[in-house]
Amino acid sequence: MQVVDPETAVADVADGSTVLIGGFGTAGMPFTLVDALVRHGARDLTVVSNNAGNGDTGLAALLAAGQVRKMICSFPRQPDSYVFDALYRDGRIELEVVPQGNLAERMRAAGAGIGGFFTPTGYGTMLAEGKETRTIDGRGYVLEAPLRGDVALIAARRADTLGNLVFHKTARNFGPVMATAATTTIAEVDDVVEAGEIDPEAVVTPGIFVDRVVALGAEQRVAAREASSA
Amino acid sequence: MTVRADARPATVEHPDREPLSRDEMAQAVARDIPAGAYVNLGIGQPTRVADHLPDEKHIVLHTENGMLGMGPRALGDAVDPDLVNAGKVPVTELPGASYFHHADSFAMMRGGHLDVCVLGAFQVSQHGDLANWHTGAPDAIPAVGGAMDLAVGARDVFVMMTLFAKDGSSKLVEALTYPVTALACVSRVYTEYAVLDVGADGVTVRETYGTTVEALRERLPVALRNLGDGTH
Repeated sequence: MQVVDPETAVADVADGSTVLIGGFGTAGMPFTLVDALVRHGARDLTVVSNNAGNGDTGLAALLAAGQVRKMICSFPRQPDSYVFDALYRDGRIELEVVPQGNLAERMRAAGAGIGGFFTPTGYGTMLAEGKETRTIDGRGYVLEAPLRGDVALIAARRADTLGNLVFHKTARNFGPVMATAATTTIAEVDDVVEAGEIDPEAVVTPGIFVDRVVALGAEQRVAAREASSA
Repeated sequence: MTVRADARPATVEHPDREPLSRDEMAQAVARDIPAGAYVNLGIGQPTRVADHLPDEKHIVLHTENGMLGMGPRALGDAVDPDLVNAGKVPVTELPGASYFHHADSFAMMRGGHLDVCVLGAFQVSQHGDLANWHTGAPDAIPAVGGAMDLAVGARDVFVMMTLFAKDGSSKLVEALTYPVTALACVSRVYTEYAVLDVGADGVTVRETYGTTVEALRERLPVALRNLGDGTH
């Protein structure tokens, strides 16, 4: 595990990568890492995130820069998702809508080495069209595939020098699952403490899942978030 | 008001009062949520149900973005952008609250651990099929969120909706014409004119408000049974 600056953290993200981006709306959105990815300029990305950007910052800025070929998300349409909406209506971005629980479980499966799973969610709906189904104990299920990322960008409250993470309230959301599902996981955190300073019983994401950490300082995280809501 | 004297449950008609207001609908839902239940309230109208859950019932609210023990909306200094509900509205935490990641949150739902979820709807079929995620309009950007997961997950799915669409058509239908959210998932529907059970047996009217079962039969495209009729 390395503690690095934002530019270094995303320097090897290749064109055409699948990027998992944490957050539920702006809660848990790794603004600093996404901004670094905008400056880095990687293109033709497939982005997996619950929403499709809010306002003009974070994921919305990445979309506005034309770096994203495809969005995989559960809920693209938001009161302030005008960047995505315009791209979609102009036919300049692909969209795969996935029920929120299936989105999380597909990444969980990828991270846990599971080759797919049967879920009742979506059975009998247009989102299951063309997918294998099975009746198990009298109930209909749909086969869903694992969803793996080349890189995951997540936000957490704190890391230690081994990459163990703790989160903050509902900003946790997709972070721990995405951390397991990517080849390279990068976390932006408020602060980094010495190994041993996080109670082992309180670790949410063990460091084995975390490759790089960017330490922001709480002030910077709050500033990034406030810029996003301005 | 007509109440049968026998002990068997019977449909109750309130023809002489107004239809239920939105808050009264929320009250009616709240009344039917058992004490100690784990409950998810969907975005929009269903969030009003929280205002009518008395503390002594010890109901625990789940929000699918990773929390049990959700408290009321946060105001002023209590607002924390990292603490929001599924509608992304800042909320508070109650003593005994817990946080968990998205896969655990939806496992909780899909695994049948939630007792009740309350959702809005475009349409509900007589057998409990639900349409609440997509109008099917060709220019609409599809967005499903947690709707399909909630509908298949909770042990009881209650729907709150107006009984008629703006064009006057019934939202309680024989078969869905809107895109399906989940099949055979809804157990009870709360509307301004009636509370109805739906399922394999079709539609059973529990209560009416500002109308009668007979009058509803004229307006709804589905067969209506009275509570206590036939097999249940």
